[in-house]
Amino acid sequence: MVNDPVEDAHGREVDAATGTETTGHSWDGIKELNTPLPRWWLWTFYGTILFSIVYVVLYPAIPLVHSATSGVLGWNSRDALKAEVAEATQEQAQFRDQIAAATPAEVVQNADLFRFASAAGRSAFAVNCVQCHGAGATGGPGYPNLQDDDWLWGGTIDDIVQTISYGVRSGSDETRFSEMPAFGRDGILDAEQIENVSAYVLSLSGQKASSGDATAGQQVFADNCTACHGENGQGMHELGAPNLSDGIWLYGGKQSDIIAQVTGPRHGVMPAWLPRLGETTVKELAAYVYSLGGATVEQASAQ
Amino acid sequence: MKFATETIVVAIAAFLALLGAAFAADDAFRAHAYVLFLVLAITTVVFLRRVETVPSEGSKFSIFGARDTGAYLDNVVRAGVIATVFWGVVGFTVGVLIASQLAWPVLNLEPYLNFGRLRPLHTSAVIFAFGGNGLLATSFYVVQRTCRARLFGGNLAWFVFWGYQLFIVLAATGYVLGITEGREYAEPEWYVDLWLTVVWVAYLVVYLGTIVKRREPHIYVANWFYLSFIVTIAMLHVVNNLSMPVSFLGAKSYSAFSGVQDALTQWWYGHNAVGFFLTAGFLGMMYYFIPKQANRPVYSYRLSIIHFWSLIFLYIWAGPHHLHYTALPDWAQTLGMVFSVMLWMPSWGGMINGLMTLSGAWDKLRTDPIIRMMVIAVAFYGMSTFEGPMMSVKAVNSLSHYTDWTIGHVHSGALGWVGMITFGAVYYLVPRLWERHRLYSLRLVNWHFWLATIGIVIYAASMWVSGIMQGLMWREYDDQGFLVYSFAETVAAMHPYYIMRLLGGVMYLSGSVIMAYNIIQTIRGVERTEIPMGEAALQPAE
Repeated sequence: MVNDPVEDAHGREVDAATGTETTGHSWDGIKELNTPLPRWWLWTFYGTILFSIVYVVLYPAIPLVHSATSGVLGWNSRDALKAEVAEATQEQAQFRDQIAAATPAEVVQNADLFRFASAAGRSAFAVNCVQCHGAGATGGPGYPNLQDDDWLWGGTIDDIVQTISYGVRSGSDETRFSEMPAFGRDGILDAEQIENVSAYVLSLSGQKASSGDATAGQQVFADNCTACHGENGQGMHELGAPNLSDGIWLYGGKQSDIIAQVTGPRHGVMPAWLPRLGETTVKELAAYVYSLGGATVEQASAQ
Repeated sequence: MKFATETIVVAIAAFLALLGAAFAADDAFRAHAYVLFLVLAITTVVFLRRVETVPSEGSKFSIFGARDTGAYLDNVVRAGVIATVFWGVVGFTVGVLIASQLAWPVLNLEPYLNFGRLRPLHTSAVIFAFGGNGLLATSFYVVQRTCRARLFGGNLAWFVFWGYQLFIVLAATGYVLGITEGREYAEPEWYVDLWLTVVWVAYLVVYLGTIVKRREPHIYVANWFYLSFIVTIAMLHVVNNLSMPVSFLGAKSYSAFSGVQDALTQWWYGHNAVGFFLTAGFLGMMYYFIPKQANRPVYSYRLSIIHFWSLIFLYIWAGPHHLHYTALPDWAQTLGMVFSVMLWMPSWGGMINGLMTLSGAWDKLRTDPIIRMMVIAVAFYGMSTFEGPMMSVKAVNSLSHYTDWTIGHVHSGALGWVGMITFGAVYYLVPRLWERHRLYSLRLVNWHFWLATIGIVIYAASMWVSGIMQGLMWREYDDQGFLVYSFAETVAAMHPYYIMRLLGGVMYLSGSVIMAYNIIQTIRGVERTEIPMGEAALQPAE
């Protein structure tokens, strides 16, 4: 049996399989060989200790009473961050200064500025806006799609800047604000009238309602809705009243969705971004949204 | 009357729990007090029934037919082994569930079974319930044999066992009820922490008492590791959980530390939970079960001394590497990094001693899947203790931190090292504890080995790819200096890897279910008729 120990010339116990001495101890039949430390192991251990000593000398390491040793290199993470940020800022300074000085309309008309601003805006959008408007800016139920050419508050570059700056129902003094009455919940219209008007609204985009009398609904619409949504339901940017005739819906286009909205409308909120992001970033965001292709081409270009 | 005192104490405790529920300051505490009452009331009934049926012959007490007839107190080890297998399957199942929740968020069942509550349930179940019971059972087994002494304190070991199970149940139900301190790997609230402290001190008394009354001149290396684990966990647990309850009948408490001091305390605890619970404790396991299973002497006594002391000295300082590039002062980050780098060789000392113990017995890898399990455990230990120091280097950490790479690293250590060495120990122990000729089936062990190993490889590999991709996407700038990806885009990119990770987890879980079946059959005394491992189906002519 290879595992049986033998004795060497000095009477010490030797493991037959490896030819190594044991320590002579035994616990529940477990013995230990007296193998020396592997050299590569020991030298690698010394190597890591040496590396550590050098690193400790070079970098902040030893705590003292009020501060710590600052290290021979004088490196610290706060200054390193500042330097990196300063360098990045410096690289972008030329364009950012121009954007800061330009009007939004000038930004989108200057090809170089527009390319830079929309790239910057895309990055800011990825951090701040995708949570509601989606990574592709296509929105979702309750959150407008920014890729299409249907705008609640207007799609010119200045309209977009205004909306991003002050938000919608954000509480800011200059916020976009509208409030559709709760026609059902507040008893302005009865259930039948709402059903009829929903049928009429569907007919504006050429759809058939499954119930309700669209002709009767037209009268209800004329009496209650045209002030904001316009004679033909084409909407009104000044009031943030959606176009009801284009088949694009903020809160869903099924008849039940329309009935729900007329009965007790939801009023979405968008924060005012100017105080958080600053004027330049807002212009860049607007440039990005403008670059998506659905924006209203500036009448100002006719000047 | 047997267990009269115990019965009365538990009954009074049950009544106090009921009072706690009646006068609770908040709903969470009330619900938790009812859970405690239920557990203690059932315990009282169990005690009362035993009082009637087993008048005075304590030695007749058996666990599935096995009795303590020898010199050692082994029933508590038997109970611990069963608990290890049970909690293992539970913990891995919860892991598979939360991996599915990450891949398909719709599986979050609000509020009790959402990811936020199940994640600590998973980590506590695998670390403290599975790993902890494995350590309890094996440490009680090993310390008695290597000291040639019966466990100190008589039934105190049983108090440790059942007290620890109560801690697990209270911790787990607390998470599901939404009771948490929010401290990673130390989520239970103050009253559960206090209970664990009592149990842990009893554990230390049993363990240290047994070592003191040993009948061997020297203390075996496995016991150094187990003891360092018990002592250090006591210290870490107490300091990290220093807190002030809002009410003594309320579930909420506030940490004694704040800000960056609190963060550092948590990671001092968190990293040393890895170092002393998941490393030192399981090295103790390795130092007994590998030499026993291989029937070979430990490779190097000198290496065991040097790597033990360097490991425990260095580990305790490595925690700050979890807080690189945070508000933690630079000097602390530096020290966290260099102590982690220096930990590389001390960790590998254990790997060398584990692997090289097989020298002269390498052929057993072919015929003994239990040895194979232990060897793959040591290999994963070596791999993750190289990966750890590497990830602690600040330049690497700036990419890896907060990504799935960390999750992969933890799991190659936890599934590979902790899980596999525990499975090996369980397979070693069960036939001996129940005095069976052999396991029900070595071929099923082989199945378990391959399912678990391939599962870990899939898990770790998918998390490496996912984590590095995630880290690179977060820091991706375009040529004009702007961030390229939104956070949601990085999440979407990880979806396929989350599904691959789930697959790895399912394989690992399947292996553990096979183990549970194998263990149950072995305890029942069944032996599967099968061709022995390593022998061809056709025997050569003789």
